[in-house]
Amino acid sequence: MLIKSQTEIAGHEITDRKVFESRRQFIKAATALSASALLPNQVQAEPGKYANVAASPYSIAVATTDREDVISYTNYYEFSTNKQDSTLLAKGLTTSPWSVEVLGETEKPGVYHLEDILKDNPVEERIYRFRCVEAWSMVVPWIGFPLGEMLKKLKPTSKAKFVQFTTLYNPDIMVGQRSHVLEWPYVEGLRMDEAMHPLTILATGMYGDTLPNQNGAPLRLIVPWKYGFKSIKAIVKIEFTETMPATAWNKSAPGEYGFYANVNPEVSHPRWSQSRERVLGSSLFTPKRATEKFNGYGEQVAGLYSAMDLTKFF
Amino acid sequence: MRLNKQHWSVIKLLVFTLGLLPFFELLFDGINDQLGANPIETLHFGFGDWALRFLCIGLALTPIKIIAGQSWPVRFRRMMGLFAFFYASLHLLVYVVLDLSLSWTALIDEVPKSPYILAGLVTYLLLLPLALTSTQSMQKRFGRYWLVLHRLVYVAAVTALVHYFWLVKKDYTQPLIYAAVMTMLLAVRIYKFYQKQMRPVKTRSPGLRQKKTTNNEISR
Repeated sequence: MLIKSQTEIAGHEITDRKVFESRRQFIKAATALSASALLPNQVQAEPGKYANVAASPYSIAVATTDREDVISYTNYYEFSTNKQDSTLLAKGLTTSPWSVEVLGETEKPGVYHLEDILKDNPVEERIYRFRCVEAWSMVVPWIGFPLGEMLKKLKPTSKAKFVQFTTLYNPDIMVGQRSHVLEWPYVEGLRMDEAMHPLTILATGMYGDTLPNQNGAPLRLIVPWKYGFKSIKAIVKIEFTETMPATAWNKSAPGEYGFYANVNPEVSHPRWSQSRERVLGSSLFTPKRATEKFNGYGEQVAGLYSAMDLTKFF
Repeated sequence: MRLNKQHWSVIKLLVFTLGLLPFFELLFDGINDQLGANPIETLHFGFGDWALRFLCIGLALTPIKIIAGQSWPVRFRRMMGLFAFFYASLHLLVYVVLDLSLSWTALIDEVPKSPYILAGLVTYLLLLPLALTSTQSMQKRFGRYWLVLHRLVYVAAVTALVHYFWLVKKDYTQPLIYAAVMTMLLAVRIYKFYQKQMRPVKTRSPGLRQKKTTNNEISR
């Protein structure tokens, strides 16, 4: 077969660097524009619901991850094990009205409307690092309130040693719950002192607005020194218990996911290293970031585990 | 219509171009910043997926030949094998250059802690000699040992699957699909092998044995 020798490219045919780069900008802008065209106009016109929420001193002074990355890369097995599919499927969830059932070792059991919870618990902005057990991380400006403040008002009895959280169970909408990839509904839990810690929050928003469904709307837990799977989404039940709750990932693979799940670069997952993390939104040539013990919150939380062997209680 | 050599060259060129499409798709997505929140992972998984797919396609050619009773699928075996190797190389390259940022300390930390990476490296080391000996001159030089050597592809298929199963967090759907496909492809070969064993007298008839198989038509 005849193969022609490559002809030289004329100088004027080579794209100017500036033109090439402006094209990239154009593509970015065009993508943003086409995405915004799909949203109702009012969302664009109005500032976010929490635009004027005060920043908390508990925030870290680190640049936040692009919102676009945070809303398009989510682990939400209730919808799908695929991070992009779960984002799309979660749109089908109705998050208003929403109520939370409180039960167990408490003097004030009952069903609480989310609006009432938010009336009693003023929100603030908390910029936290979020580290997934899959070795990626991001920095998110959450909007939420300290879980401890809410729990105090619920007057736990002296028997309450743990707090158990449960996600909504609705396989009609949460289609991932039709498969048995995890035991449904998703359950997470904290020891009482972890739950009462000022860093632990219940989040209802991020980036100055309400939480997108895929990020756990309308109410999720955020425990910044623990792996992401502890930060349970779409909470419908809070139960004070005397015994340690059986949590979803721990039940599914006890050798790989412990109850505590504190971020710890020294204790690797049985199948991969936890010493580094890929920061979402970083460029192709940015090296991974060294993971910090307790995700950088050691000063505040290491005391909770001073008497414990963290390789055993991972 | 009987296809001549030139026809096959054109068809091969078309298939070759098709095989490069996933590469260019990921390349353009990378240039246009369309690889998502975790671009390295998108590239890494994308190349890995295509390595596995081409391995499956390459292993499917002999069964297709057996079932269809036509020899043309075998013409594409080398190309598919080399595409599997090409995408496996990119997969490894992304891991070493982008994910590890060429850091030895990171490599030394990660590999022993990650059995799945070890399985991946073993797979690559199994594919490497196959790619290097894929030319016709190498085929001639190795003679009958060439076939024996190239049976390593079955081992590579198994280690590639192990690699996939070990890295998945919980949902085994994807690796199970690949495992099912590869099991079926192997089953056809095993069935064919036993069929031959069952009828030794018939196939021994001198008339049928006379036809010399060319290098291109050696069946695995």
